[in-house]
Amino acid sequence: MPPFDEMLLNQDEVRQPYESFHGWFKDQDAHELASKANEAETFFRRTGITFNVYGQQEAAERLIPFDMVPRIMAKNEWDKLAEGIEQRVEALNLFLHDIYHDQEVVKAGILPARLLEDNDAFLPQMIGFTPPGKVYTHIIGTDIVRTGEDQFYVLEDNARTPSGVSYMIENRETMMQMFPELFAQNRVRPVETYPHHLRRSLEAVAPPMCEGKPRVAVLTPGIFNSAYFEHSFLADQMGVELIEGSDVAEIDGRIQMRTTEGYVPIDVIYRRIDDAFLDPRAFNPESMLGIPGIMDAYKRGAVTIANAPGTGISDDKAIYSYMPEIVEFFTGKPAMLENVPTWRCAEEDSLRYVLDNLADLVVKEVHGSGGYGMLVGPTSTKAECEAFAKKLKEDPQNYIAQPTLALSTVPILAKDKLSPRHVDLRPFVLVSDKVRIIPGGLTRVALKEGSLVVNSSQGGGTKDTWVLRD
Amino acid sequence: MALLGRTANGLFWMFRYIERAENMARLVDAGLRISLTNLSVEDRDEWESILVSAGVEDPYKEKHGELDETKIIDFLIRDQDNPSSIRSSIDTARMNGRMVRTALTRELWEATNDTYLTIRTALAGPLNHRTLPKTLDLVKTRCALIRGAFYGTMLRNEIFDFCHLGAFLERADNTARILDVKYWVLLPEHSSIGSSLDNFQWSSILRSVSAHRSYSWEYDASPTATNIIDFLMLNRRMPRSLSHCYGMMRDSMSYLDRGSETPNESAARVNMIYERLSNLTVREVLASGLHEFLEDFIIDNNKVSGLIAENYRFYPDIDPANQSQSQSQSA
Repeated sequence: MPPFDEMLLNQDEVRQPYESFHGWFKDQDAHELASKANEAETFFRRTGITFNVYGQQEAAERLIPFDMVPRIMAKNEWDKLAEGIEQRVEALNLFLHDIYHDQEVVKAGILPARLLEDNDAFLPQMIGFTPPGKVYTHIIGTDIVRTGEDQFYVLEDNARTPSGVSYMIENRETMMQMFPELFAQNRVRPVETYPHHLRRSLEAVAPPMCEGKPRVAVLTPGIFNSAYFEHSFLADQMGVELIEGSDVAEIDGRIQMRTTEGYVPIDVIYRRIDDAFLDPRAFNPESMLGIPGIMDAYKRGAVTIANAPGTGISDDKAIYSYMPEIVEFFTGKPAMLENVPTWRCAEEDSLRYVLDNLADLVVKEVHGSGGYGMLVGPTSTKAECEAFAKKLKEDPQNYIAQPTLALSTVPILAKDKLSPRHVDLRPFVLVSDKVRIIPGGLTRVALKEGSLVVNSSQGGGTKDTWVLRD
Repeated sequence: MALLGRTANGLFWMFRYIERAENMARLVDAGLRISLTNLSVEDRDEWESILVSAGVEDPYKEKHGELDETKIIDFLIRDQDNPSSIRSSIDTARMNGRMVRTALTRELWEATNDTYLTIRTALAGPLNHRTLPKTLDLVKTRCALIRGAFYGTMLRNEIFDFCHLGAFLERADNTARILDVKYWVLLPEHSSIGSSLDNFQWSSILRSVSAHRSYSWEYDASPTATNIIDFLMLNRRMPRSLSHCYGMMRDSMSYLDRGSETPNESAARVNMIYERLSNLTVREVLASGLHEFLEDFIIDNNKVSGLIAENYRFYPDIDPANQSQSQSQSA
């Protein structure tokens, strides 16, 4: 069976949300569209919307390819999805509070205790501490895939420091510049309000010691980080400082930044560095990126860290398979969004099944990300599968396996005609005094025909994502 | 809103390096002009004095040994081992720009980034006599574009002032170096005060600061040593003169230091240098020794750069906790 295509039901039948776009596209000159695509690339390069690739001198800054065909969702499709996401992030925050306090979820037999005990993502430093507003994951990027008209699955929760939101905004900006007429014909909900909502969200979780209007800052590892563009973009759009570890110090019990006029306290830090590097006094002592003493200051109520340290436990791939039960346990209702069926290789029966069916499965490292260290059975050679099976047997705890989903497709402009490619979706969710979900998100697209890997580090591109008002 | 010390540092150096790239283009242009007149004996001296003006004579000799026009031009323009080459300067300016991007307008950032991309392409391969003038023009035009975006779109606040300080401090350094390398041309022994100068030397000096036209507008006479010294050092109307640079720096300093009762060290020193330049005559400069004066100026100018970095907290304190205590005690 061919994968579900979001634009075309069959050769001549266009799905409703794409009707207007499809009509417009038929009237376009293919060559002109191709030259528009070049324009877009020039625009991205001049603006410096690039990501850094580690270890490559000359091509150190690369563009993520942008495809001009939008991914379009109808109001009812989106609303249903948004409701499911809201339930899930609510559950994640309750879950995090629980595992760092009473661990009811373990006592109730929902989650095996060993998954917390042997897990590096579980931070003992967070035990017994409640962050302002009881919010742990201020920013979440839930990865969602679709396989049919009504089949949506959560692939990953990305509760640490999800990236890509700057592309969501710049993709829209580019589309509006290139094809303003499309936005006159389609009522597309805006995404450019994200930085405004982000700032409001962050201000709403100011720490107890904050006096007056909360001062927010974005903490970046620096200009050589792969997502540096996004860090500076968000700071710029929010109108807050972009700081590095060397700009701040703990003074008089507060975290303060060094300005030309002296030291100034910061109230909320949106950090884009991992837990391990956050505070050399609490975690990795070698870290030069972090802020010595910030964990203590955090626990004293002198500063809020977003996302909270230790949230990584909630998007851990070993925990993931328990999410449907976790969601139901904490919200009292069955999970509205489905999980992808997952075999935990740590369990003997599952391991046997996975080994027997390797050629049909996707096997991932429990702690891996970015499409590295995984096996996509159907597109791998026999030798690759055998080599992987060996690794799997040596350390089964380190792996989970999932069926290869027939990800939905959306067309891209390949040369001068439309051609379907697999996509996923990362909507961005802000959790604070309330949950704010930006309508749309980042659509990642595998540019290679037939490929299921959408990661930008593996040659994926992005699309503008439209949610229609009606 | 208070500005991060690191951001102020980035802005300051971004503009120092843009200015440096432009100055380098002008220096090479002046050298090229002379070499095209085929005065073969003086050619090599001229290129050597350009290396000295650019402050890279030692690194050049270490790398290449003998003086060779093609190698010198490549070293000054394309060589990434030379931190002051046009290529390196633009790279560094842009890297600083990326670091402080949140402080720049979109126009200024894009002008800088686009310049970096354009110049990187233009300097990808070796240059020859045919491509060189066009490339030098490109560098000057591009730097003018950045400056235009800067003046046209940036808010006049401390961000603007740190950029300004960097640009004018670098420019003053450059003008002083050019004069110092050629100071002997301007000495009474070489050409008696008031008499016409050797055509070839003075045009080189004026060309390297893009002032061969404006000189005649201002003095309406053939160049004399007195007038050139006045023009490049003391004339506030000349945008590359020491006095003009310090006038602009003083303006920026007076804004940055507006809150304090007594000026901080960097502001005090900028004021002092400006006053000195304002009250000086050419005769006095020559009497106390032109070379000595310029040498002192270059050292002072460098000190100002260090003091600005210190007074405005460009770099992390070794012990921030102590720093804050001593501050609150003195306040």
